[in-house]
Amino acid sequence: MTEQAAPTRTDKFEARLKRRYAAERRFKMAGLGAVLFSVGVLLFLLVTMSINGIGGFQRAELSVPIDFTQAGLSAAPAGLSQPSAVQSLQAQGLPQVVEYFAEESLGKAGADQLSDNAWRTVADQIITNPAILRGTEEFSLAASPKLAGGLGGEGSAEMQSLAADLAAQGKLENRLDLGFLTRSDATNSQMVGIWGALKGSILTMLVTLLLAFPIGVMAALYLEEYAPKNRWTDVIEVSINNLAAVPSIIFGLLGLAVFLALFPNMRSAPLIGGMTLALMTMPVIVISGRNAIKAVPQSIRDGALAIGASQVQVVFHHVLPLALPGILTGTIIGMARALGETAPLLMIGMRAFVATPPAGFTSPATVLPVQIFLWSDEIDRGFVERTSAAIIVLLVFLLLMNGIAIYLRNRFEKKW
Amino acid sequence: MSPAILLVLALGLGLAGWLAARARAWAFKRDNSAKRIAALPTYHAWYVALWIVIPVVVFIGLWSVIAPQLVTQAVLAAPAAADLPTFGFQRDAILSDARSVAMGDTVGVFNQAANALVEPYRAAISRYNMIGALCTLVIAFLTGVWAFLRVKPNFTARTRVERAVMVILLLASLVAILTTLGIVVSLVFETVRFFGAVSPIDFLFGTHWGPDPMSNPDNPDGTRYGAIPLFWGTIYIGAIIAMIVAIPLGLMSAIYLTQYASPRTRAWIKPALEVLAGVPTVVYGYFAALTVAPAIRDLAFSVGLTNASNESALAAGLVMGIMIIPFVSSMADDSIAAVPQALRDGSLAMGATTSETIRQVLVPAALPGIVAGIMLAVSRAIGETMIVVMAAGAAANLTGNPLEAMTTVTFQIVAMLTGEGSFDHPATLSAFALGFVLFIVTLGLNFIALSVVKRFREVYD
Repeated sequence: MTEQAAPTRTDKFEARLKRRYAAERRFKMAGLGAVLFSVGVLLFLLVTMSINGIGGFQRAELSVPIDFTQAGLSAAPAGLSQPSAVQSLQAQGLPQVVEYFAEESLGKAGADQLSDNAWRTVADQIITNPAILRGTEEFSLAASPKLAGGLGGEGSAEMQSLAADLAAQGKLENRLDLGFLTRSDATNSQMVGIWGALKGSILTMLVTLLLAFPIGVMAALYLEEYAPKNRWTDVIEVSINNLAAVPSIIFGLLGLAVFLALFPNMRSAPLIGGMTLALMTMPVIVISGRNAIKAVPQSIRDGALAIGASQVQVVFHHVLPLALPGILTGTIIGMARALGETAPLLMIGMRAFVATPPAGFTSPATVLPVQIFLWSDEIDRGFVERTSAAIIVLLVFLLLMNGIAIYLRNRFEKKW
Repeated sequence: MSPAILLVLALGLGLAGWLAARARAWAFKRDNSAKRIAALPTYHAWYVALWIVIPVVVFIGLWSVIAPQLVTQAVLAAPAAADLPTFGFQRDAILSDARSVAMGDTVGVFNQAANALVEPYRAAISRYNMIGALCTLVIAFLTGVWAFLRVKPNFTARTRVERAVMVILLLASLVAILTTLGIVVSLVFETVRFFGAVSPIDFLFGTHWGPDPMSNPDNPDGTRYGAIPLFWGTIYIGAIIAMIVAIPLGLMSAIYLTQYASPRTRAWIKPALEVLAGVPTVVYGYFAALTVAPAIRDLAFSVGLTNASNESALAAGLVMGIMIIPFVSSMADDSIAAVPQALRDGSLAMGATTSETIRQVLVPAALPGIVAGIMLAVSRAIGETMIVVMAAGAAANLTGNPLEAMTTVTFQIVAMLTGEGSFDHPATLSAFALGFVLFIVTLGLNFIALSVVKRFREVYD
């Protein structure tokens, strides 16, 4: 029996089918392309930041051997506070000693490129270990931004050749700079650190959490469990949904017009920043909290009511503990967003140059994202790598928070 | 003593009251073991603790606003304040200088005149701190004792505590309304002040933007406050360039992930897209300024466009579009998933290919949701600040050339409020007017988006 083509499968049909299948493949490829492009951009962004940022955790340092037996310095008496011990060493001429030995070792041109505050590094080491005063010690001291640029193949030809000479002698190299995590902002890209901004962020987040979490959870409980269905409740719901969509910069304007008017002395304080961000974070917590509370099955409420619990006991003894993992997940995500927020904090003045870590909730501070913004504006090339390094620190914190949120969601959240 | 320490003190007193009341209630329970007491001892304890903590917290809140003003008054009354400049910027600078030294925030003063005021400040601060602490103790003691005395076997502590809890919950939910009100009132208030100096017509329809914060504040030049270039820049970057990037990519990603991808792929790609949404905007801004903008400029040079600037609307818009992708994608994802399976099955059963089903059945059915998602995405894009601050530039150009620098509403809000001008200057106030416009527009977009979703959602139910 010969096989006959079905009457519908004409040549025209076959051609059309081929076209349709080709269109199908193209469409699928377009979809795949879109996904790959988005993920690719993400990877590109992360890789660029990491490559730049690794350089930010290093700095160019000069090796300077100092023979303290010739210097005639005496250690400060024990028990002296850090600043006064440093002052005593300064009065004894430590800066000149450092400069002298730097010239011995690096030559005049090299010594000139030692960072201005290099002697403080020496002073700190003497204070922690006075025994080094009895011998010769090799110090690794920060070079000036110019020389660091020269080492990186930028800047004037003079600096580049000086850097090449010193590097060939093994006296200048890029070393891991863990001090980046413990110092604060400075005008010199070789001396900056992230700790001041990080501490500011931590204090601000603490205020945000302490305000937004209780208020958000209580509002969610009220709306989900107790609120009567009337116009007031509708107004509350509408305003929460709207607040969640208001641009963050508007909250900055609110903070400026209201909080700073109430507390005029607290410009750029973590307290004000935290209050502003709390208003921004609260709607997020309310919305995720309501979803978590909604997910608790009605049977649990009925069971508790049936054995004589009051309305408040039902909620606080049963519903809230069961909904808590979901609420916490939403809270962490809201806090992560607040941690990365910059614009509202610029409005309330947290962009000041703050060279010391904030002492408390009311002292002037800056936060990580604002620090990144400020550094990105610097002209000195050394700040490019420092900015990327600060971004890495910020991203690590965000990843950590999101990781905790995902863990909580997988570990504790129940499917009823 | 700072408010923080007072708060800790209040909590400590509350704890003391809690323990005392519980002990007293337990004592009742032991004494009349035959008779039930009206509430569990814990509720008596909470009753007393609430009566201590709430009044004290309210007092501390008020005190932390009032006390600094009282301190300033006391300092001004001191003899050393007699030779201060009568008013103005310098007087404030000297006062805040003296204050921060007295508080121990800084060691030295900038203005030598402030030195004389440090002592009066210190005295006044410690005096009012003492008064604050004393008042806290007195209030806590009075309310605590009053509540404690009401702890009796037949006292219905639980109902009272629960009533208080309900009121507290209600107050917490009112914070949202207060915030909304606060935003509206402060924006309207400052905007009205701004329109007192510059006419709304000039502001809304003028085409030249260039406020001078150093000019005479009483007689601003209205023609320098035309916001049309800002509105145009905002729309061009946020609603046109960003959406040209975000809509196709976001929509196609959502379609691929919901219709084609295997569950395993989906499980990996979706979180990756969420990470894209979680990257802080300042990082995107830095990426735009450091990587994308120079690349675009070089590209423009290489094709012979020599007028390309280092900051361009295109760079900001592209990066903003990438930032918005996950947003569009998740909204589209939700609305496609909400289309009933029967529609899809019917189309496939008729012999349509998957892509034909998607284009001709699923997307049209999901269109209201997708449109709403895009509107929300636009509202987010035009409110985005850091990317445009770092990459779009400050020049208010009214142009269609994406390679030129453009400025946006959010950029100018930041620029006006972080600039040099005094707070009362129309240039500074214009930031609030711009903020008000931004608030109204984003609110309108959200409102329309939500009502579109609500209106068309029920079709298939």
